[in-house]
Amino acid sequence: MYAPQTTTMAPEPMMPFPALITDIKEEAPGVTTYALEFEDTAVRQSFTFQPGQFNMLYLPGIGEAAISISSDPGQPETLLHTIRVAGNVTQAIARLDVGDVIGLRGPYGSAWPLAHARGLDIIMVAGGIGLPPLRPAIYHIIHHRQEYGQVTVLVGAREPADLMFPGEYDAWREQGIEVLPTVDRADDSWEGRVGVVPMLFYSLRPDPRKTMIFTCGPEIMMRFVVYEALARRVPKERIYLSLERNMKCAIGFCGHCQFGPTFLCKEGPVLSYNQIEPFFSVEEF
Amino acid sequence: MSEGQKPRLAVFKFASCDGCQLTLLDCEDDLLAIAGAVEIAYFVEARRRMLDGPYDVTLVEGSITTDEEVERIKEVRRQSRFLISIGACATAGGIQALRNWADVSEYTQLVYATPDFISTLAESRPISDYVPVDFELRGCPINKGQLIELITALLIGRQPRVPAHSVCLDCKRQGTVCIMVAQGIPCLGPATQSGCGALCPAYNRGCYGCFGPAETLNPASLGQQLITLGWKEADVSRAFRSFNGYAPAFREASEQFEK
Amino acid sequence: MTPHIPPLNAHVVIDKPALQTLFDALQTAGYTLIGPTIREEAIVYDEIGRIEELPIGWTDEQGPGHYRLHERGDGRYFAYVVGPHSWKKYLYPARLTLFRTRRQDKSFTVETGEEPPPKYAFIGARGCELAAIAVQDRVFLEGPIQAATYKARREHAFLLAVNCTEPGETCFCVSMNSGPRCESGFDLALTELDDVFLLQVGSQIGAEMLAGSGWRPAGAFELSHARRLLAEAETQMGRTLETRDLPNLLYDNLDHPRWDEVAERCLSCMNCTMVCPTCFCADITDVSDLSGENTARVRVWDSCFNPDFSYVHGGNLRPSIRARYRQWLTHKLASWIDQFGTSGCVGCGRCITWCPVGIDLTEEVAAIRGEG
Repeated sequence: MYAPQTTTMAPEPMMPFPALITDIKEEAPGVTTYALEFEDTAVRQSFTFQPGQFNMLYLPGIGEAAISISSDPGQPETLLHTIRVAGNVTQAIARLDVGDVIGLRGPYGSAWPLAHARGLDIIMVAGGIGLPPLRPAIYHIIHHRQEYGQVTVLVGAREPADLMFPGEYDAWREQGIEVLPTVDRADDSWEGRVGVVPMLFYSLRPDPRKTMIFTCGPEIMMRFVVYEALARRVPKERIYLSLERNMKCAIGFCGHCQFGPTFLCKEGPVLSYNQIEPFFSVEEF
Repeated sequence: MSEGQKPRLAVFKFASCDGCQLTLLDCEDDLLAIAGAVEIAYFVEARRRMLDGPYDVTLVEGSITTDEEVERIKEVRRQSRFLISIGACATAGGIQALRNWADVSEYTQLVYATPDFISTLAESRPISDYVPVDFELRGCPINKGQLIELITALLIGRQPRVPAHSVCLDCKRQGTVCIMVAQGIPCLGPATQSGCGALCPAYNRGCYGCFGPAETLNPASLGQQLITLGWKEADVSRAFRSFNGYAPAFREASEQFEK
Repeated sequence: MTPHIPPLNAHVVIDKPALQTLFDALQTAGYTLIGPTIREEAIVYDEIGRIEELPIGWTDEQGPGHYRLHERGDGRYFAYVVGPHSWKKYLYPARLTLFRTRRQDKSFTVETGEEPPPKYAFIGARGCELAAIAVQDRVFLEGPIQAATYKARREHAFLLAVNCTEPGETCFCVSMNSGPRCESGFDLALTELDDVFLLQVGSQIGAEMLAGSGWRPAGAFELSHARRLLAEAETQMGRTLETRDLPNLLYDNLDHPRWDEVAERCLSCMNCTMVCPTCFCADITDVSDLSGENTARVRVWDSCFNPDFSYVHGGNLRPSIRARYRQWLTHKLASWIDQFGTSGCVGCGRCITWCPVGIDLTEEVAAIRGEG
């Protein structure tokens, strides 16, 4: 008989690779950035990612969480992940120190359409923890500044202390990126705008023929962003959102992250509004 | 947990049969590992030496049925960092909560020669009705695997993984043929929380609902189907009103079918 | 001596007891035989070795929320349809360790989770079941990433298919274009006639397994008899599902009142998703020892009806039974087509039979279509 007696097994695609925590930086109350480097040199050197993609972070015995990459795609050997403590895994990560090792696999998912955005103006709208997934796109634009038109970053947070990466805004501005922060509730130190992020649209005059929108943040905020963008006649297919669902496997096998026809781990998390429009307003969908 | 020391574990009993505590002793090999990982500070069934609080983890078995127990559970709460109620009595009032639908003084008159000596509350209620509870382990009795998972999770520092879905998922994962569909045996599995490993259906018995209501359930529809299979409304009411009869979802179901 | 084997695509007949020679040949070739057998008052799939373990002379009576075995009083081997199990029990086990980790100092090592699985020979797979396997192939093998554990089971699986000549009350494979005839994807396809088995040879290995069976070429009478049985079977479907423009029908009716009505009956118990031969949703979870030193990463069957399924920090995205049933049905019949180019339903009827309260998806679709 020519058939083999036993079968063989390819490596399990959900196996993580050990990665070293090389730096930890507190960004805001409850939000921390972890710098990770794969322990294996070959894995580290072959890893590349695109802005908007995410990795799966694994702690043996605790579990796995999908976390977007918040660092410069030009420096993929050190991967930054900006994490808000929310569930089991993020709580456990919060107890780790520099020198500890966690499991890492990726990158997964779709990216911000930076190639399609060449020659266009870009308005990025981030609410709270929504800025970290956009930061790699900002870095990419800085590296290729002449390829893009006007770039505006609207950043919102509940309170001034919750703003993500405020120390970098001036550096971004020096690269010709307009950064407009706003907070829901000001304190004595705050001299900037007060109000929800979509309100920042009121001061913009985007040219609908050449504007692209990238937004990431609470779903309610993104609804208003879509509303404001459509009101300014930005076409649906140039409004991009980063959505969130319960991602377990990140490779389209577990079914948890489905949003209508899309697996957010594969076709998402970054999707254009025209891809999701029929389902975006359906309750409990 | 206190730095550098083993976490201190206590086990307290209220109105109950001891079966849930026995589950801890029943952990056998794992019990040795548990005993190595924690200091068993107070556990009347397991060791003579009883240490005072405070305790890091306290397991509470049994329901609250007397004034004395009301005071005692408050003191236990004060002494405990994590308080976990274990079993149907502690989490739902237990089978003794059947009194909640009856007149207790009538019972005591019937049962005891000198009912004046009996001091008891009108109702048997779960621990969480009197003090805040950090976690509940369901079951009559609790499941050994879930107890070990709970202790492991506390030691590792994560949320315990105690699923809230129905028993049906367990039956199907282990390949047990549905006794309701294939044999017409009435079963509470579709309304009952997982935890027992779907034991009864694997032995041709309908689920008794030992682990109480699942997170999502539809007792009205299930009850109708049980009637289709030959039960009377009173049977449905009685089935929901057992070990976990006073758990809100089962309580409502039993009252709905009582009419 | 060169064994006497039939050519590819040939139709041959063997005497019924000679099926044992095929079983023996498969076992000699290293296969673990899985086939229908009676257990727990139902025809389930389990490990078998001898033809006597098949439900010879038995049949199944099925309806919404209803399944009973009956003795037929004849010697038919395959006179029943599909039961509570499907082949995903073996190709996509309900519980499987994907990998293990062992803590070492501050780091950890990762090891494979399981030994390579056995080679399976599936005995008695029906047309709808071949279709279901093809659907899961698309999910696990035909995307950018292959599921290693599925592939290891699937690529060496031997399929002895059976053409259905007596469809059941909850069957609608004709509507889903998946039966009753097995069209492709088998090594051998069997049609049970009165005294003999008619076999179509679908692969070289299928042909080789017949070497000792005493096969002979099928005659015109046997072929026409089989054709007639299958043509009759097509007219005997217990149910029909109108598939015309189905995705848009559901997408356009996400707020239809019928979802509220079905939610009144649905138990959210997950049985439909568990018995479905294509449903593939899984949870992946850690099982560790008390010390936390050793951890197994385990995949288990999950369901879109599970309250934990759509949990994101802060809450459940689909708290209501209505939303969960709508998710299941729209995925199965609509978004599945967007995702994998095929319907997720093969018309096997399991979700109807094994729903404890007998919810019938063909009825639900008809109601949404306005034909209820």
